Amino acid sequence: MIYQPEKECISREQLRALQLKRLQATVALEYKQVPMYRAMMDQKGVKPEDIRTLEDIRFLPFMNKTDLRDYYPFGLLAAPQSDIVRVQGSSGTTGKPIVVGYTQNDVDVWTEMVSRALAAAGAGRDDIVQVCYGYGLFTGGLGAHQGASALGAMVIPMSAGNTQRQIMMMRDLGSTVLCCTPSYATYLGETIREMGLVPGKDIRLKAGIFGAEPWSEEMRQRLEELLGIDALDIYGLTEIAGPGVAFECLEKHGMHVNEDHVIVEVIDPVTEQPLPYGTPGELVFTTITKTGQPMLRYRTHDICTLDDTPCPCGRTTVRMSRITGRTDDMLVIRGVNVFPSQIESVLVSIHGVAPHYLLEVDRVNSADTLEVKVELTEDMFSDTVSQIEAVRQLIAEQIKSVVGVQAKITLVPPRSIPRSEGKAKRVIDHRKY
Amino acid sequence: MFVKQISIFLENVKGSLYDLMDLLGNGGINLLALSIADTTGFGIVRCITRDDQVDPALALLRQGGLIAKVNDVVCVQMPHKPCGFANVLHVLKENNLSVEYCYSFCRSTSDDAVMILRTSDKHRCVQALQQAGVTMLTQQQVDAL
Repeated sequence: MIYQPEKECISREQLRALQLKRLQATVALEYKQVPMYRAMMDQKGVKPEDIRTLEDIRFLPFMNKTDLRDYYPFGLLAAPQSDIVRVQGSSGTTGKPIVVGYTQNDVDVWTEMVSRALAAAGAGRDDIVQVCYGYGLFTGGLGAHQGASALGAMVIPMSAGNTQRQIMMMRDLGSTVLCCTPSYATYLGETIREMGLVPGKDIRLKAGIFGAEPWSEEMRQRLEELLGIDALDIYGLTEIAGPGVAFECLEKHGMHVNEDHVIVEVIDPVTEQPLPYGTPGELVFTTITKTGQPMLRYRTHDICTLDDTPCPCGRTTVRMSRITGRTDDMLVIRGVNVFPSQIESVLVSIHGVAPHYLLEVDRVNSADTLEVKVELTEDMFSDTVSQIEAVRQLIAEQIKSVVGVQAKITLVPPRSIPRSEGKAKRVIDHRKY
Repeated sequence: MFVKQISIFLENVKGSLYDLMDLLGNGGINLLALSIADTTGFGIVRCITRDDQVDPALALLRQGGLIAKVNDVVCVQMPHKPCGFANVLHVLKENNLSVEYCYSFCRSTSDDAVMILRTSDKHRCVQALQQAGVTMLTQQQVDAL
């Protein structure tokens, strides 16, 4: 089903005209209200009036995650603080999270994008949507919740965790649509099978919308078999809105980008030049309907390919491929974005200097695991086991609180973590998607 | 009234204890007492050497890339008979001191037994044992063992 055919199936020509009008308004707003971005534009010698065609977007300076950190928390607001009705957040690259302020308009834009995604999976007012993303600063839970509510569906706001209770509710209430991370969906599916429950009989799910971490076609097949559903991908990021920026339709051939709300580009991460459709590169988004904290040419560091060939579903929007990699060292662990620099900042805060460390990520029983190996320093060492254990526990607690992920801490002897060319390798990812 | 102890961090992997003993032995370090605390991930080797071997041992260990530390422990001597150690521990219990770890010496100049003690408070421990008349060995006496 198409939620808003008049917007989602608009002709490319009309869409481009709409995008240009909205881009010009957003650039004008940003130039007027956000001193940091005005300074960046002035430095490049670009004025809002210089944006005459959609292609002129390439004259605009890029925004980065570091800008959100440097102007934390409200330095990038384009609206008065009294107009901000919500704050959502995600992990920053170091100790502090990044926060994004939403006006009511921005919450509505985001909600609309998620409603479209749910409708594309076949959800409507008769459906029962079980949301097992975490509710909170993380956009997963509230995003899916708002989108399903606006559709008129019945929402079960389960939040994350407690698998037995998730399955009990799924069975008793007859959930038809599941929203969570693909790895958690796999775990739910495996547990359902272990319990001897039969999808189609005991479990009435028909579709699942899975996001917040990268996954693959193999995982799609497995999920569809395990749960007896159509498994669809959804993409988003807090900086732009949250989940729903792009979503798959039942054709399962790329995610439709909500182009009436964002302009999407793929660039060469080195030369920063826009690339044609079909060429893999770094995704860059510009919001064109947000008023609280608009983002212009925001670099996601996600690598993918855009496809503008017509989709049989009838939507005219460009589709993006699955995310195939990152241009930086960000990891997604159990749906949470993790940067090695965050772990480093925790270690520095405890010990003053960062000891050598290594992150090992794996997937055990469909759940991501994070092991942090830390080379012991003389400061951390003691002649009693309890004191060394206390150091280990402190690191684990701090990582949990700053990064939001449970990690196993292993203390290893000095110089036992291999160095390559003088620089330590920080991450080993054993996961196979 | 304290004796110096060297503690060394070891990874809990095959051969690591041999490598350590080989390193110290080839450096001419003789151990008078030794104990190992192990967890699933790592171990702590604690040992006593003669006073004049502490610094050379530390230098060797650091050269070998190992983490080591020196701290004070108490060395008690007690009659080698039933309840010998219990009587010492009784003093600690009465004084509300807890034992964090202990281990025994392999050698003694007399028929007595000798043990190393690490308690929650080394100063109060020495005081309590002195008052109770428990014999403690000085570093010099340990060196002569």
